Amino acid sequence: MVSAATAYLDHAATTPLRPEARAAMLEWMGDRFGNPSGSHTPSRAARQAIDEARDVVAAALGATAREIVFTGGGTEALNLALSGSLGARESASRSGGNLMVLTSAIEHDAVRNAALALVRHGRITHRQIPVSRFGVIDLEVLRTLLMDGPVDLVAVMAVNNEVGTIQPIGEVVALVRQHAPGAVVVVDAVQGAAWIDMAAAGLGADLIAVSAHKFGGPQGVGALVVREGTSIEALLHGGGQERERRSGTQNVAAIVGMAAALRTTIDKRAEDMVHIEQLRSRLVDGLVSAIPGCTETVPRAHKVAGNAHVCIEGVESESLLVLLDDGGVYASAGSACASGAIHISPVLEAMGIAPSLALGSLRLTLGPASTDTEVDLALTVVPAAVARLRN
Amino acid sequence: MGMDRILVALSGGVDSSVAAAMLLDEGHRVEGATLKLWGGESDSGCCSVADVDDARRVAQQLGIRHHVFNFGADFDAHVVDPYVAAHAEGLTPNPCVECNRHVKFDRLLHRAEQLGFDAIATGHHVRRVPLVNGGFGLARAVDRAKDQSYVVHMLGKAVVARCLFPVGELTKAEVRQRATALGLRTADKPDSQDVCFIARTNGGRRTFLGSRIPLRSATVVDMAGATLGTTDAVELITIGQRRGVGVAMGERRYVVDVDVPGQRVVLGGIEDLRADHVLLGQLSWVDAPAHDDEQVLVQCSAHGDPVAATVRSGAQRLEFNQPTHRVAPGQSVVLYRNDLVLGGGIAQRG
Repeated sequence: MVSAATAYLDHAATTPLRPEARAAMLEWMGDRFGNPSGSHTPSRAARQAIDEARDVVAAALGATAREIVFTGGGTEALNLALSGSLGARESASRSGGNLMVLTSAIEHDAVRNAALALVRHGRITHRQIPVSRFGVIDLEVLRTLLMDGPVDLVAVMAVNNEVGTIQPIGEVVALVRQHAPGAVVVVDAVQGAAWIDMAAAGLGADLIAVSAHKFGGPQGVGALVVREGTSIEALLHGGGQERERRSGTQNVAAIVGMAAALRTTIDKRAEDMVHIEQLRSRLVDGLVSAIPGCTETVPRAHKVAGNAHVCIEGVESESLLVLLDDGGVYASAGSACASGAIHISPVLEAMGIAPSLALGSLRLTLGPASTDTEVDLALTVVPAAVARLRN
Repeated sequence: MGMDRILVALSGGVDSSVAAAMLLDEGHRVEGATLKLWGGESDSGCCSVADVDDARRVAQQLGIRHHVFNFGADFDAHVVDPYVAAHAEGLTPNPCVECNRHVKFDRLLHRAEQLGFDAIATGHHVRRVPLVNGGFGLARAVDRAKDQSYVVHMLGKAVVARCLFPVGELTKAEVRQRATALGLRTADKPDSQDVCFIARTNGGRRTFLGSRIPLRSATVVDMAGATLGTTDAVELITIGQRRGVGVAMGERRYVVDVDVPGQRVVLGGIEDLRADHVLLGQLSWVDAPAHDDEQVLVQCSAHGDPVAATVRSGAQRLEFNQPTHRVAPGQSVVLYRNDLVLGGGIAQRG
């Protein structure tokens, strides 16, 4: 996206395909093909490709190859994590009792709506763990909730998709092990995998979900770590692929693309982070100083390097985004406004941001390919658009 | 005209699709916007997910940019909540009128201006016509059967100056022909009907209102006050109604009065339903108000026939030349001089 006229600042929505991923995928979009479940030569080659990819993804996530389940994306991985592990518990308990699920108040819709669906079906009781003004989970409330009665599953994201806050996964795991040793810990690492070492951060979690297109891989592929000893029931039944946990012929090109992207992300992380952090700081500082009534939503110390999130008084994000698009700046308001009559992002609401301020939220997210030129463009276009809307 | 930047409200229906195509033909720079107004259950009207999809596909087909604007909070505040509150008071509101008054024009026009558009356009069947004293007013559509001037009568001259209604100049058949000729996917789509935020399946209005306000029973009486029976939801009863009161009514029995606080519904014959006047409140005018003693045509419901009336007291009172059906309080009443929309108001009790 390096062009004089545009700035792609929506990496939390999706990222451009890394060249390494593209090269790896192209191998499987031409002469090479084969069903990984077969026994002949082309099949064995496809099988080898996904086995090697599995090793890469496993190492990146601190898991063994056997613990990796490839899925059709992050949402599927998270649905499998919640419904699949709870389904296994229901089967084991045979009492059919109502299970207790705790999720943070700022989870992505993939977790939130999966939990709400289970509530509608009468399978679980759902409680939310509140977050601080800075969008970080309240560990003391979590402790209270864990001590309050039997808990079956706790889901907390590694990094929030809107405001970019890093969650204390290690502490969450420790608390759950201390107070509810039988509970399953689900970590949504969809936004985290690009920025933090999930092999370390996810240590001890039972289920960890990632999505390739958030770190330079293709869309429509993801993975779920299912820790050895964690029971899970498949959502998709069929040929028994992925060790009976996710049937359906694997998408070989997408899987090798995901592995290549993840390997490159990790190899270049240290260097990329320095560069991105500099760009982000210049971007946020520039916006805050150029636009009266523009505040940084969360201090940078709590966040990943690629996330710039500001709230701008007296403008509506919906209008602002149109003008930014006109000016070649591609951004997002977060995940709000996707549907229904609710304007305010549930994440900002959970953080206690005033609705008048939350209506003017703007999320600019950077990635490894982001440039100074793009930041310059944003620093010209955003203040001008805000001035026009306020006029 | 030509080369203006115009934002077309694309509802996902055939009329607005053709409106966008016509404006493109005329050389304007056109973009489309679909308004998300209602997050609840619905199976018809202008804001279902399927309609947003249709609008987007039409925009793609025409090669124009498509926006989705979420005006749900405004819709709740200005359309849905007042609709519910009106029923609780025994009034018969026109939600489409309120949506046009507060959301489709006011809110959308403001948004369009912010974004640098010169005008907005919709697929309403109404004509924009020059006024003798300058500027533009509103007149009935070419296709009388599809005329929608009633639901946009509240637009003032200043707003009309920045609105275009291209399909008001066409018959519905011509609109469909154009859509077919352009290969638009919406060419054969049925017209939207009913209140867009109320699903017809799952109990319709009764379920919708019943989940928001308590529905209370009422005694049904005749003109002499003799009890005929009871009805279980007085808030759902409208003046002029002949069926669904919960009492077996003879051939010519109509609801002639609804008293919600008193929980009483009065039935009478057609002659008891007649009124020689209607009182109006919340008057608005496209341009100059109607003159006292002026003879006008008035339309008292979305699909009602126009009747002749005389303007009194600045149109706070309209006297019908011939007695006509009593107007249910809460209904919009629109005044016309021949085909020209003068303005209108809301029917009051009494």
